Amino acid sequence: MSKKITIEPVTRVEGHGKVTIHIDAQGNIQQSRLHIVEFRGFERFVQGRPYWEAPVLVQRLCGICPVSHHLAAAKALDVIVGAGTGDGLTPTGEKMRRLMHYGQVFQSHSLHFFHLSAPDFLFGIDGDVATRNIIGIALTNPELAVQGVMMRKFGQEIIRATAGKKIHGTGAIPGGINKHLTIDERDEFLKGTDPLNADKMVSWAQGALDFFKGYYLANKDFVDNFSHFPSNHLSLVRKDGALDLYHGVLRAVDSEGKKILHDVDYQEYDKYIEEEVKSWSYMKFPYLKEQGKEKGWYRVGPLARLNTADFIPSPLAQREFEIYKALTHGKPNNHCLLTHYARLIEVLHSAEMIRELLSDPDLLKGDLVIKGQKQKEGVGLIEAPRGTLFHHYRINDHDQIEMANLIVSTTNNNEPMNKAVNIVAKAQMTGQEVITEPMMNAVEVAIRAYDPCLSCATHALGKMPLELTLVGPDDKIIDRKRS
Amino acid sequence: MASKPKILIYGYGNPGRQDDGLGAAFIAEVDKWVTEQKVENIALDTNYQLNIEDAHLISAYDKVIFVDATIEPIDSYSFTKVIPSDAKVEFTMHAVSPAFVVDLCQKLFSNTPEAWLLHLKGYQWEFEERLSDQAKENLSTALNFFYKIIFRELDWQEIIN
Repeated sequence: MSKKITIEPVTRVEGHGKVTIHIDAQGNIQQSRLHIVEFRGFERFVQGRPYWEAPVLVQRLCGICPVSHHLAAAKALDVIVGAGTGDGLTPTGEKMRRLMHYGQVFQSHSLHFFHLSAPDFLFGIDGDVATRNIIGIALTNPELAVQGVMMRKFGQEIIRATAGKKIHGTGAIPGGINKHLTIDERDEFLKGTDPLNADKMVSWAQGALDFFKGYYLANKDFVDNFSHFPSNHLSLVRKDGALDLYHGVLRAVDSEGKKILHDVDYQEYDKYIEEEVKSWSYMKFPYLKEQGKEKGWYRVGPLARLNTADFIPSPLAQREFEIYKALTHGKPNNHCLLTHYARLIEVLHSAEMIRELLSDPDLLKGDLVIKGQKQKEGVGLIEAPRGTLFHHYRINDHDQIEMANLIVSTTNNNEPMNKAVNIVAKAQMTGQEVITEPMMNAVEVAIRAYDPCLSCATHALGKMPLELTLVGPDDKIIDRKRS
Repeated sequence: MASKPKILIYGYGNPGRQDDGLGAAFIAEVDKWVTEQKVENIALDTNYQLNIEDAHLISAYDKVIFVDATIEPIDSYSFTKVIPSDAKVEFTMHAVSPAFVVDLCQKLFSNTPEAWLLHLKGYQWEFEERLSDQAKENLSTALNFFYKIIFRELDWQEIIN
């Protein structure tokens, strides 16, 4: 008897993603897919709106990573107002935005690690589901749990100071930024009451990295063999090849490290990247045109970024990068679970960058905005926590947006997430009579490594908890589990 | 004389998604009242959603009222006591519930503020920064309720039971 397993979320509003896994009569996995079944047409919604509203409007997309959308939209509009393509802002404008962005990456990655992933490492992916969460960490390792909470809070406070407020921040505007950092704010972040200061954040970031490295040493076989598959990798890199989460050129490498996209100007991204539509998902499937649909898909996010970058321009993270790269002898890392390792190196890098930026006097004074010859079209890219985020706008003669195209990080990772689900389902469920919670969690662990945000990917409001349903050949539900 | 309890009113939701902004709209109204009345023991905050760092935030207060929009089948609003709960975190969810935040606060910061959840009924959730007319009515009704419990200094527990 063949079976179909469906992992489906329950959302506050309508719309969701789900995973279906088809099992044949012999217990072999026939097919698995991550479906996205809701679409809200945000690109169409912004059409007709004044272009300068976009950095605030796009925060309607999602409450999870509004800062990334805010900055990507602002970068696209920098081009439209003639302020250059990302490196033409005033020193104050660029550095304030960078501080905001590193605060965002720091808090988002910290949340992901401590809240969503660390429980799997502390208690095992087959650990007791009742304690496999941050509450379990709070009970068994309260120091680690407090660090997670306070790291997240520190990043959020950086965002509040640079974006102006927690909700619908207005800090980034076309051509720059609308405020300086005050001396009091700077001093609070640099020398604030322990533990909410930059030195402590750097120290805790190192501690989190040590925690993961310890886990990896003890579980190397599992980590190395869990959802491991070759892929291309894409991200922005600085022009000299350094990791740069805010701005750069677009680079892609294949699974062996060969460059397949050669540091191109992202204003022309549509020359190199195409999006495929599939009938069973509203989420598109981007790929590199030159490699084609079958071979051109790629990963984005922490794993991809550490595969494309040549080095990290902050000393502590660079030291960790060298250790990390030695694991694969300098070749790209294609191990799904080592995304967490890469993510924690980025946490450390972000903490170092925040500390460095806070010591920069340009944050406290200087011109905020620059403008030049207006353009009709602009593209803004940023390395959001989950990966490369594309915003592309074209305006008409009345300064209204007439075209918008967004490719969000989770969409870029669509094909890799589908591959990951398939590999883990085969490894965990083939030939099994009963689908257990640990098997389901294994599928979730594979997806979770990408830290997907379906709310963004489908431009919907909502959350994405999953439900897993086991269905027989006659579509009768055999088992259902919700997580 | 006993000092007044420190109270936090915390609204959350995305005001860019119509009625999901009820929490923030509630806080905006209460903010005017707090300023006019020069109320010193009530603090206000808003965010897109609750998250783990809010456990630290609420640890500094005696009483907390969370304010959120809901599509659940309630009347215009509901006011319920938050019972700390360590219910399992949902898959990849980047937000947590009031019960979870209070429980985390208890376990990490050894403080358990009394907490309530004020749910306001919402109806429309599109990409627009405007409450629906029905949601506005519910906001007004809920504000009247809120002022009543604050002004009359009623025992909140009596009201919700």
